[in-house]
Amino acid sequence: MSMIKSIFILLLCQLAGEALRAVTHIKVPGPVIGMVLLVAFYILRRREPPPALQRASDGLLSWLGLLFVPAGVGIVANLELLRSAWLPISIALIGSTFLTLVTTAWIMHRFGPRASMQNEGL
Amino acid sequence: MNWTTLPHTLSPGIVPLFAIVLTLGAYLFGVEVQKRIPNPLANPVLIAIVIIGITLRLLHLSYQDYFTGAQFIYFLLGPATVALAIPMVRALEHMRRGFWPMISALLAGSLIGLISGYAIVRLLGGSQAVALSMAPKSLTTPIAIAVSASIGGIPSLSAVLAIIGGVLVAISIDPVLRWLKIDEPSAKGLAAGTAGSGLGASRVIPQHTLSAAFAGVAIGANGILTAVLAPILAPLLKHW
Repeated sequence: MSMIKSIFILLLCQLAGEALRAVTHIKVPGPVIGMVLLVAFYILRRREPPPALQRASDGLLSWLGLLFVPAGVGIVANLELLRSAWLPISIALIGSTFLTLVTTAWIMHRFGPRASMQNEGL
Repeated sequence: MNWTTLPHTLSPGIVPLFAIVLTLGAYLFGVEVQKRIPNPLANPVLIAIVIIGITLRLLHLSYQDYFTGAQFIYFLLGPATVALAIPMVRALEHMRRGFWPMISALLAGSLIGLISGYAIVRLLGGSQAVALSMAPKSLTTPIAIAVSASIGGIPSLSAVLAIIGGVLVAISIDPVLRWLKIDEPSAKGLAAGTAGSGLGASRVIPQHTLSAAFAGVAIGANGILTAVLAPILAPLLKHW
């Protein structure tokens, strides 16, 4: 399967997600619905995604940080929103993020199954 | 001719092109810095945001000018989110084995993020509107904005907090989990996705296919969970 076909499948799922969102008025973003649709498709078909689609997906995901840069630059323009109450905001943001991180990681690590520890980077 | 007006005086297509080259260049520079400096603050996303912010200011370019080009990079976030389905399909067997721990960790992380965000702002004397804007900060930005609006927060403040919170997770996840002696890739992905959504998880997603899979689950599930839980919990939190 070609690169074009992989991009077509990803965008088609996103489009289907956006369409579902418009019809059902649920608050979940279109790409997240598209992700659920694609997982559901491969669960129902009971087979592995084709290698080209795996390569295209891994390629996109290994640069995920880059894709957040444009939105991040936009935030800098809105930083004055924080000025009104910067102390409670920064302490709550750091504290609450830390608590969420530690709770989730600890429960999953303590009670979840072990992975084989070989390196399986994308 | 003032040099700061240079980008505008050249051909009209040059501003979008400049924005794309600047974004890619700043991010690649950030990746190189990260390779050389083993400090978590040397994060490519953070470095790129700072470089681009300063450059735009020096050249008197507005965010709208920048976005004429940057929108093409931003657009790829949609298919990249859909692409998280692929590591999830690869990890189905692992998810089946760890289903209940995964659900418990997600639910606990989601509730703690929501309640502690609100509570800490209130305890430190912040207003109710600011506290309600803090509640959905761990979610992917579009859901954070929608949830914030539905519970009486300030949507644009929630968007800012979601992005800064995401950067915070990307920076802190490796040192915090090393300190806790947690190296399980599924736990890393689930925690990064729950606390910092896609931006938070962008640090751990390339590290391991299981991290990518569990980050995908966390981004979707935490978004949906909080969208349901926040409107129920918000009236209770306001009374307290």
